[in-house]
Amino acid sequence: MAPIDTSIERRTIAVLVDNEPGVLARVIGLFSGRGYNIESLTVSVVDPARGQSRITIITSGTPQILEQIKAQLARLVPVHGVSDLSQEGPSVERELALVKVAGKGNKRVESLRIADIFRARVVDSGLEHFIFEMTGSSDKLNVFIDLMRPLGLVDVSRTGVVAISRGSTGLLG
Amino acid sequence: MPAKKMTGSQMLLKALCDQGVDVIFGYPGGAVLPIYDALHQQNAIRHILVRHEQAAVHAAEGYARSTGKVGVVLVTSGPGATNAVTGLTDALMDSIPVVCLTGQVPTHLIGNDAFQEADTTGITRPCTKHNYLIRSVEDLPRVVHEAFYVAHTGRPGPVVVDLPKDVLQATSHAYVGPEQVTHASYKPRTRPDTKAIEKAIEIIAKAKRPIIYSGGGVINAGDKASRLLTRFARTLGAPITSTLMGLGAYPASDPQFLGMLGMHGTYEANLAMYNCDVMINVGARFDDRVTGRLDEFSPNATKIHIDIDPSSINKNVMVDLAIVGDASAVLDALLKAWTKGEHSLSQRALKGWWKTIDAWRERDCLSFRRDDSVIKPQYAIKRLYELTKDRETFITTEVGQHQMWAAQYYKFEKPRHWMTSGGLGTMGYGLPAAYGVQIAHPDALVMDIAGEASILMNIQELSTLVQYGLPVKVFIINNQWMGMVRQWQELLHGSRYSQTYTASLPDFVKLAEAFGAHGLRATKPAELDDLILEMIDTPGPVVFDCQVDQKENCFPMIPSGAAHYEMLLGPDDAAAKPVSEEGMVLV
Ligand SMILES: Cc1cc2nc3c(=O)[nH]c(=O)nc-3n(C[C@H](O)[C@H](O)[C@H](O)COP(=O)(O)OP(=O)(O)OC[C@H]3O[C@@H](n4cnc5c(N)ncnc54)[C@H](O)[C@@H]3O)c2cc1C
Ligand SMILES: Cc1ncc(C[n+]2csc(CCOP(=O)(O)OP(=O)(O)O)c2C)c(N)n1
Repeated sequence: MAPIDTSIERRTIAVLVDNEPGVLARVIGLFSGRGYNIESLTVSVVDPARGQSRITIITSGTPQILEQIKAQLARLVPVHGVSDLSQEGPSVERELALVKVAGKGNKRVESLRIADIFRARVVDSGLEHFIFEMTGSSDKLNVFIDLMRPLGLVDVSRTGVVAISRGSTGLLG
Repeated sequence: MPAKKMTGSQMLLKALCDQGVDVIFGYPGGAVLPIYDALHQQNAIRHILVRHEQAAVHAAEGYARSTGKVGVVLVTSGPGATNAVTGLTDALMDSIPVVCLTGQVPTHLIGNDAFQEADTTGITRPCTKHNYLIRSVEDLPRVVHEAFYVAHTGRPGPVVVDLPKDVLQATSHAYVGPEQVTHASYKPRTRPDTKAIEKAIEIIAKAKRPIIYSGGGVINAGDKASRLLTRFARTLGAPITSTLMGLGAYPASDPQFLGMLGMHGTYEANLAMYNCDVMINVGARFDDRVTGRLDEFSPNATKIHIDIDPSSINKNVMVDLAIVGDASAVLDALLKAWTKGEHSLSQRALKGWWKTIDAWRERDCLSFRRDDSVIKPQYAIKRLYELTKDRETFITTEVGQHQMWAAQYYKFEKPRHWMTSGGLGTMGYGLPAAYGVQIAHPDALVMDIAGEASILMNIQELSTLVQYGLPVKVFIINNQWMGMVRQWQELLHGSRYSQTYTASLPDFVKLAEAFGAHGLRATKPAELDDLILEMIDTPGPVVFDCQVDQKENCFPMIPSGAAHYEMLLGPDDAAAKPVSEEGMVLV
């Protein structure tokens, strides 16, 4: 009998779906209904002409569960394709965050200095606040946001991870 | 040339006709009045008026399972749709193709808590294979055809089409036939990978103790699949066992058939599963009722799994080889490859394997103590079988001990003659399912083997039987207890029989008469045969109150959380082996 692997892995999965009402609820309902994890989920239209959206999900589980997740996603009727970006070769992952920091004096100067080191852009500023925009890996965003906390962090908005495989092939093509 | 102008309701009926629908099971209400009006003005489609929407879905399931066609349901918005939810879940769990048309409030009222509004697509999303809300009459024909396609292809299942009232009343030239509808994303795989077939042949050819474990997927795959399964098993000379859902795919009276496996399966089937070296699963899903304790499930076997749904593979049990495809196509490919390669199993090994199996068989695990004064439930079903086996007989069941006894003691020789709620285990399934079958097979003998508790869950459907003169026979194994639950209380909860005795049952004979059906009662073994014959010879619907031994339990039994070899063979066994703590938390 095939042995059972119980190690927990983290995977980034891209799903190309028909952009119809309820499709996101179907995907999310599948995860909650079957007790799978969602660490991050992003969705947006990627092919308006064909009415297709791409959902990028970061999930974790044993290899057996991860195979189940992919098979369950693939059998949803409006799903065109499922791609396991963590398994199918190298991929690029990015996340964007908007980070609002409020303060005066030294703290304000310090936040700007750190933002500079992290190559975050200032997208809005006032005498007592900055909004930084930063793109990068989720880990890098985490570090940046943690550093901003003592400096007057008042709001954070993150997109969740988007990802794409390296090389010349893709889900749309 | 554009199609002629039609209302949404007319298009709907035209689409149903083009899909070959001849009967629908339904119940009217405000939101579906336009459909009922259109129904009234045509003759092609027959409408069967049920007495509860749950029953409409079970009836459609019975119709579908016994014919291989899609069963069709029509219910109104709000409570009509929510009443259908149990039936839909049942059809999803047992992979039954059903299209359920639900009324909905007009599009401009959706979201306003309008009268009899329910978020039907939201509620039914997890209990359907797919669902649709139609927002414009132009989409209606395409969506209805797609719904049928999705319901019956791949792994079959229920599909809901939610129809707002304004869409039903709008008019359009947009009608299209089924052949004009294409499917962009949904393309189930039916043909197997040839490499997997070769690999399977290699594994099977080396088997010394093979077993075929077949399931409901073979029934789903059509009668041809059952014929191929029979040929495959006979070609190999291997033993074959079946799940509850697969009974009838292989003739039960054949010597190679070991009977059902699993929790209430036979001693020989379960021990053969435990001891086999190669397991060929054809269209079964390693359900927990079948595997028992997973780490002790057939530990030394190389497992091959044939299934049309990739998500069934490695879900509960990790297999060594998966063949994704339709059971019929895969069995055909396997048979061709086997014959072409002139393979055969080691006859010496096979002989030894059969010798072992025959020794297990000698335990005669389905024997039971006879009694002259009280009817044993097993005896009742045995007699029912003997007295009806030479007719075209279809059996449905409710859920409980009687269901298991029916599976054990009634022998099914052909597919599609056995209808039961396996996955969801829905009490109240059997009676409506039975008339769904009877509608499709008007001349056949259709019997619901019932428990007295289950039958009360949809007893109102007797009224449907009488209205349409449907000669369904309801055979109640009446033990006054929710027997299956009581059995668990006895085994797991120190015989504390909490709420499982029904203190006030109706007089089923009078009840039958009140509905306009015929009632019969048996209390003694000696009168059973004559009364069963009387039941069969009565032209209309009959309710048979068969009062049986109240204490009888269903054996063999593998308690939950136990392994196949830890089977309890009878009441004495049960007392000797208490169930583990881990087993108690399982269902
Ligand atoms: C009180 C009670 C006790 C029970 N005890 C038992 C018991 O002792 N033994 C037992 O076996 N069951 C028992 N059951 C039933 C059990 O719960 C499951 O419903 C049953 O075991 C599942 O049967 P199956 O594996 O054949 O799968 P099904 O539910 O019939 O599923 C069919 C499988 O075949 C696949 N399939 C569908 N179409 C095709 C196709 N065309 N080609 C190939 N594959 C296809 C599907 O993807 C699915 O994986 C009991 C139920 C109740 C209510
Ligand atoms: C709708 C529903 N509710 C509860 C159950 C749990 N349950 C399973 S078997 C059973 C008892 C069935 O009793 P009866 O119909 O008399 O059959 P018996 O076991 O006595 O043959 C119950 C309550 C169920 N399966 N379905």
